[in-house]
Amino acid sequence: MVSQDENIGWSVSEMARNVAMDIPNGSYVNLGIGMPELVATHVPVGREVIYHTENGLLGMGPAPAEGQEDSELINAGKKYVTAIPGACYFHHADSFTMIRGNHIDFCVLGAFQVAENGDLANWSTGAPGTIPAVGGAMDLVAGDITILVISRHTTREGEPKIVKKCTYPLTGKAVVDTIYTDLAIIEVKDEGLFVRELAPGVTFDYVQERTGAKLHQYP
Amino acid sequence: MINKIVASPAEAVADIFDGAVVMISGFGEAGSPIELIHALIDQGAKDLTVISNNTGSGHVGLAALIAHRRVKKMICSFPRTANSMVFPELYNNGEIELEIVPQGTLAERIRSGGAGIPAFYTPTSVGTPLAEGKESRTFDGKTYVLERTIRADFSLVKCRAADRYGNLVYNKTARNFGPIMCMAAEATIVQAKQIVDLGQLDPEAVVTPGIFVGKVVEVANPAEESKLVAEGRRYPW
Repeated sequence: MVSQDENIGWSVSEMARNVAMDIPNGSYVNLGIGMPELVATHVPVGREVIYHTENGLLGMGPAPAEGQEDSELINAGKKYVTAIPGACYFHHADSFTMIRGNHIDFCVLGAFQVAENGDLANWSTGAPGTIPAVGGAMDLVAGDITILVISRHTTREGEPKIVKKCTYPLTGKAVVDTIYTDLAIIEVKDEGLFVRELAPGVTFDYVQERTGAKLHQYP
Repeated sequence: MINKIVASPAEAVADIFDGAVVMISGFGEAGSPIELIHALIDQGAKDLTVISNNTGSGHVGLAALIAHRRVKKMICSFPRTANSMVFPELYNNGEIELEIVPQGTLAERIRSGGAGIPAFYTPTSVGTPLAEGKESRTFDGKTYVLERTIRADFSLVKCRAADRYGNLVYNKTARNFGPIMCMAAEATIVQAKQIVDLGQLDPEAVVTPGIFVGKVVEVANPAEESKLVAEGRRYPW
């Protein structure tokens, strides 16, 4: 465990912006619950991105104004949302056809752990006494959708979340494409983890010390 | 004359028997047929296997059915939500069985059940604990697991509007599991916010063709689960 200076690295909002910048115009995107939801607020001007929520809506808009909430218009996190003009609704089998059948382009997810080969653990800590609950996590990573992980670089206790091998139960094997943390943007390649960008004021060695797997630099 | 309309939720659920497998539509409260579930509690059938995405919240609807010890097994993808107390307590006491299924696999097991397909290969869960013990096979260099289809004796589904032939349309994200559950049961029981005359539903826009539906009951003002939970209500009232 290595302590982390609170004042170093990207803010959560900047992390979400980094993800948004990598999603091209015209993409169909599924955003996971929590930090991934912030990505929608950082889409650059001029880009049109369509959001999918696996409970049956393509063209998800922002949260409704107070008093406009509709209990039958929610997202996968069961929060109230809106539908944009041009949106459409569909049933669950069609929704997961869009996911498993590789029609969705990008999925942004949170993570407990990501391994150097792209293994993802984000559904269960496997702790005794917890009730297993998987939702759509395993389906989202099962196809060939580009999987973007947005996550703090380390746990609250300072443990690395990017590791050699996941110790938590897996969501999917070798599925993650890019990891966006507060310290760096890291690409998962066949040859290992490559740092594409470092947060301002952060050095490669600083990130490596807080990572449980070997990082590589692009030549 | 074909007329699938029945007079009350009680009449709609009257045939559900002890030990039945029952699919219940809904994603959280959206699409949950709360009046049909309450009628099922009143009716008394027990030892049910329930297939639903979640396990209900508070002490109403599906959570109330579970609280009254009518459910011996839940098949679902996400058995806890913000206000889910009943299921976790019974589960931790070993009083209810749980089969956890990835959401898309659950949807496809239901869809294929309705389509007469007994099993299918899917990439979901490969390499995870949920694939353990399942047959797997490689197609074009990629591994898939074999999943069995599920069918039910009954499906309880909520929709926005229905006609006497059982044609249905839904409301927004309350559609979720409804259409596929209608297809996968021996007897599908639907609560509709409105029953309309034949011809009133645009044939181009019908979501569930009436052939998949057995009974329809109008519930013009369905309760909102989240409001009942916020008020601390318990069923039976």
